[in-house]
Amino acid sequence: MQGGGGGGSESGSMSTVSRDENMVVSSEDSSCPDESGLELGLGLSLGGGGGGGGGGRQGGGFKMHHVSKGGPYARILTAKDFPSSSLSSSSSSSSSSPSLSKANVTAGTKRTAESVAVAANGSSQVVGWPPIRAYRMNSMVNQAKVLTMENHKKETSMVENSSIGGYRNDGNTKLKKSTFVKVNMDGTPIGRKVDLNAHESYEKLAKTLEDMFLETAPSVNPSGSTALQLDMLNRMTRHSKLLDGSSDFVLTYEDKEGDWMLVGDVPWEMFLTSVKRLRIMRKSEATGLAPR
Amino acid sequence: MIEEEMNLTELDIQENGIDDKGGSWLSCFPESFTSLEVLNFANLSSDINFDALERLVGRCKSMRVLKLNRSVSLEQLQRLLVNAPQLAELGTGSFSEELTFRQYVELESALSNCQNMHTLYGLWDAKGIYLPALYPVCTHLTFLNLSYAALRSDELAKLLAHCPRLKRLWVLDTVEDKGLEAVGLNCPLLEELRVFPADPFDEEIIHGVTEAGFVAVSFGCPRLHYVLYFCRQMTNAAVATIVQNCPDFTHFRLCIMNPGQPDYITNEPMDEAFGAVVKTCTKLQRLSVSGRLTDLTFEYIGRYAKNLETLSVAFAGSSDWGMQCVMGGCSKLRKLEIRDCPFGNAALLSGLEKYESMRSLWMSACNVTMNGCRLLAREMPRLNVEVMKEDGSDDSQADKVYVYRSIAGPRRDAPPSVLTL
Repeated sequence: MQGGGGGGSESGSMSTVSRDENMVVSSEDSSCPDESGLELGLGLSLGGGGGGGGGGRQGGGFKMHHVSKGGPYARILTAKDFPSSSLSSSSSSSSSSPSLSKANVTAGTKRTAESVAVAANGSSQVVGWPPIRAYRMNSMVNQAKVLTMENHKKETSMVENSSIGGYRNDGNTKLKKSTFVKVNMDGTPIGRKVDLNAHESYEKLAKTLEDMFLETAPSVNPSGSTALQLDMLNRMTRHSKLLDGSSDFVLTYEDKEGDWMLVGDVPWEMFLTSVKRLRIMRKSEATGLAPR
Repeated sequence: MIEEEMNLTELDIQENGIDDKGGSWLSCFPESFTSLEVLNFANLSSDINFDALERLVGRCKSMRVLKLNRSVSLEQLQRLLVNAPQLAELGTGSFSEELTFRQYVELESALSNCQNMHTLYGLWDAKGIYLPALYPVCTHLTFLNLSYAALRSDELAKLLAHCPRLKRLWVLDTVEDKGLEAVGLNCPLLEELRVFPADPFDEEIIHGVTEAGFVAVSFGCPRLHYVLYFCRQMTNAAVATIVQNCPDFTHFRLCIMNPGQPDYITNEPMDEAFGAVVKTCTKLQRLSVSGRLTDLTFEYIGRYAKNLETLSVAFAGSSDWGMQCVMGGCSKLRKLEIRDCPFGNAALLSGLEKYESMRSLWMSACNVTMNGCRLLAREMPRLNVEVMKEDGSDDSQADKVYVYRSIAGPRRDAPPSVLTL
C-alpha cells in the first residue's frame, strides 16, 4: 500500500486507483495517510495536492471526436448533444476518481450524508474545516482580493455560521470556494468571468453564457417595449440552447489536468471541482465529437 | 440606544458582521457626551461618518480602546490619534493606502505620542513599507494582532525587532517559518501565539508554516502557554521538542489542515505528539487535536490530561475505546466536541454519568444512532439530548448530537430540524 508523504513533498504518485481497495489515491496526493489501521468501509484519502496539471493522468477524458451538424441558431453544445458512449462512462468513472479521492476522510465505517455530500465537492470543501471563524473568513476574502494573483479564483464566500473556533460541524456552515472562472469565446477577443457557484446547474450556466456572449434572436420582430418584454420572456422560458442540440458552438472547459473537455458529462458538483476555465469553441474546431 | 444612554462607557460591536447602511449611528452621540472609554466597530462592514467619529474621539478624553473598521484610512487614523494620545488599545483601519512622505511622517509622529499603547490590532492589508511607522509604539506593545496583514517573513522580523515586550502575537502563516524564527529571537516574553492560515482551502499552494517554525518559537519563548497553530505538516518529534521547551501549556490547539494526516517524515500517526503534550503539560486545560490519530492518543489523554476541560477532536480515533478512555479518564472535562470519528453508541453511553458534570457534548458525523441517543435520553432525564438530522441520511443515524444538562427541560425554541429526545 502506498504510504503517503507529508504535505510538503511531491511524491510524484500516480493518479491510479490504488491496489488497496480501501484507498483511492488522488493524482497529486502526496499525503495520503496509511489507513490500514482504521476500520474503513470506504477509506478515502484526503488529497493534499490539488489537481494542477502534472502527475499521471487518468486514462484520458472524454475526447471530442466528431463535430455535430450545426443548427440555425448560435448556441453552445454541451455533452448532452453527444451520445453517451461507453467511453464517456468509463472516462467519467476514471475521471471521477480524483474528485472522490480528494474527498473527506471519515474515519468511521458509516458516513453521514453530509460528509458524503461534501466529499463530492473535494477535500477543501469539508464543511466547517479548517475550523476558522466567519469574520476571519470574510476578511480573508478581501485579503485575497488585495493580494490577488492573476488567476486567483479561490475566494471564499460569505458563511452564514461559523464553527466557533472549535470543531463543531454545524450544518449551516457552508464554506465553499466561490469559483470565478474565465470564459472565452472563439472570435471574441475580450473574455468574461462567471461565478460558477452562483449557478446550480448546467442549464443555468448555459443561460448565463448565452446572455453574455450570444445574441438572442427574438422569435418575432416587434418594436418598442413589447419587444423588450417579449425578449425577456423568450430568455426566461426558452430551453437553454446550450443544452438543446444544435449550434455553431460547443461549450468546453479546461480541467485541473489541463485537458479540454466537453461540458456536461459529469454531475454538476463534480464539474465544479475540476473546471479551471471555459471556452466557447467553434464547432468546426471541436473535431472528433460524435453527433447526437 | 445611543441617544438614551448618556453615561455609556463601552460600545462594543463584536463579530456580528453587521451591515448597517451608513455611519449615522456615530452622529447620535450628542456633543455633550464624553464618557466613552471603549469604542469597537471593527466588524462593521460599512463606511462611517468620519467627521462625527473625529469629534467623538476628540472629546472623549477617557477613551482607552478604539477599534476602527476597514473603512477608516491611514490619513484618517492619523487625525484621530493626534487627539487621542492616551489610547491603550488601537485597532487601526485599513493600512494599505498610498501615503505621501509628509503623511507618513505625520502618522509616525502621531503614533509615537501614544505612550500608553499596549495593544495593536487591525492593520488590514498592511503594506510592509508603512510598518516602520509603528516602531515607536512597538516598544511597549504586549499584544500585537497581525492576523489581517499578510506579511512576509522579513517584514515581520523587522517589526518584531522593535517589540521586546510582546506577550501575545497573532499572525498569518504568510510569515512562514523564517518569520517564526524571528519571533523566537525577539520575543522572549511571549506567552501566546496564534498562526492563522492565509489560504486554508488552497490545496495546491505549499506555503505557510511547518513544524520548524513552531519549534523555533519554542526555543526562544519558554513562557509560551497558549498556542493556536494551523499548518500543513507536523511530526511527532517536533511536538515532543516543543513541549519539552514549553512545559507550561494551558491551551494547545494544533490544526494540521489535512484531516487524518500522519507524521510526514515517519508516516506514523500523531499519537506520540499528543501523548507528549499531555504527559508534559500538566496544566493543560484546552486541547485540540488533528492529524492521523488512533485510540492510543485518547488513551494518553485519558491517562494524563487530568486538568483538561475542553477537548476538540476531528477525523481521529479507531474505535469506541478512544472516546471511552477520555470519558473515563478526564475528570475535569467540561466541553467535548467531536466530528467525523468512529465513535458509536458504546462510546456515547460510556459517558452516561459524566455528562451532567459537563457543559456539553457535541458529536457529529460519528457512528451514533438514534437508538443510542434515545437510550441516553431515557437514562439521564436531566440531560437535553438534541439530534439534528441531515437530509438524505439513514433514518437510524444520529448525524449531529448535542447533549447538555438542563434543569429547564427541553428547549422550546428549537428549529424543526432539531429533535429533542
